[in-house]
Amino acid sequence: MRVAVVVFPGSNCDRDCHHVLSEVFGLDSELVWHTETDLSRFDAIILPGGFSYGDYLRSGAIARFSPVMESVTKAAERGLPVLGICNGFQILLEAGLLPGAMLVNESLQFRCHPQEITVEVDRTPFTFGIKPGTVLQLPVAHGEGNYFIDEAGLAKLEANRQIVFRYAGDNPNGSVADIAGICNEAGNVVGMMPHPERAAEALLGSTDGQQIFRALINYWEGRK
Amino acid sequence: MYKAAIKVILKPGVLDPQGKAVASGLASLGFSQVKSVRVGKYIEVLLDASSQQEAAAQVEEMAKRLLANPVIEHYELTVELVEGEELV
Repeated sequence: MRVAVVVFPGSNCDRDCHHVLSEVFGLDSELVWHTETDLSRFDAIILPGGFSYGDYLRSGAIARFSPVMESVTKAAERGLPVLGICNGFQILLEAGLLPGAMLVNESLQFRCHPQEITVEVDRTPFTFGIKPGTVLQLPVAHGEGNYFIDEAGLAKLEANRQIVFRYAGDNPNGSVADIAGICNEAGNVVGMMPHPERAAEALLGSTDGQQIFRALINYWEGRK
Repeated sequence: MYKAAIKVILKPGVLDPQGKAVASGLASLGFSQVKSVRVGKYIEVLLDASSQQEAAAQVEEMAKRLLANPVIEHYELTVELVEGEELV
């Protein structure tokens, strides 16, 4: 399975993702610079966390116009699994591949700590085979993770089962309906604020993040 | 040359944590008359255009596509004819 980890100027979780995919799971992972225009050789795409373009204007607002985003959009439309983590989630929102927008955390604090989240649906490639209701402990690290969508939009997310993860216990950022991650209607594009790649080895305190990548592998194996 | 001034502000009903923090800062400075604060962005763009109308249309497009996020923000813009090649 070939996975692209897209590197924007200012990405800083790209190597962590690449490390987990290639070293922990033995996948054929490749770091792809944001000027790349052809992603057709990949089976899945990950937009990692960081501060692309310094978070200027709004988080993800400038990265969405990177040349690579056109092929990310095409891949998403083709049904390829696409995961945006943290800043990657913000980029997917700005690109319109996922609905809603991010606001500054309600507390105004940059929140950086282990966080429990509940898996809500197993219909995405990144939660495939994970029993809904499963609680995972993953680190969060963001200042703008306060997910916002209007009431009509939220009703649509609920009706279409697009809420993929919710914060369990305290909501670290004030997001609508405790949302920690969502997917598009088709389910193949997922955005999440917590960092599974930072919790994929026992040395780092939790291996719960492995489940997200394992789900992707199981999903892909099942489709071959 | 035309200078556009774009004001970007969160839509009514969208929580503004920065505005709230500034309001509580003003309150602790003793400005007890302050009822509410909203924090937005102010952006200036200097551009070439054949007319004020064309300049306004271009900036409108910029605001829609990048400067503001229509999910959470409103924008207002003005355009004026100016001398010079650089914003100072």
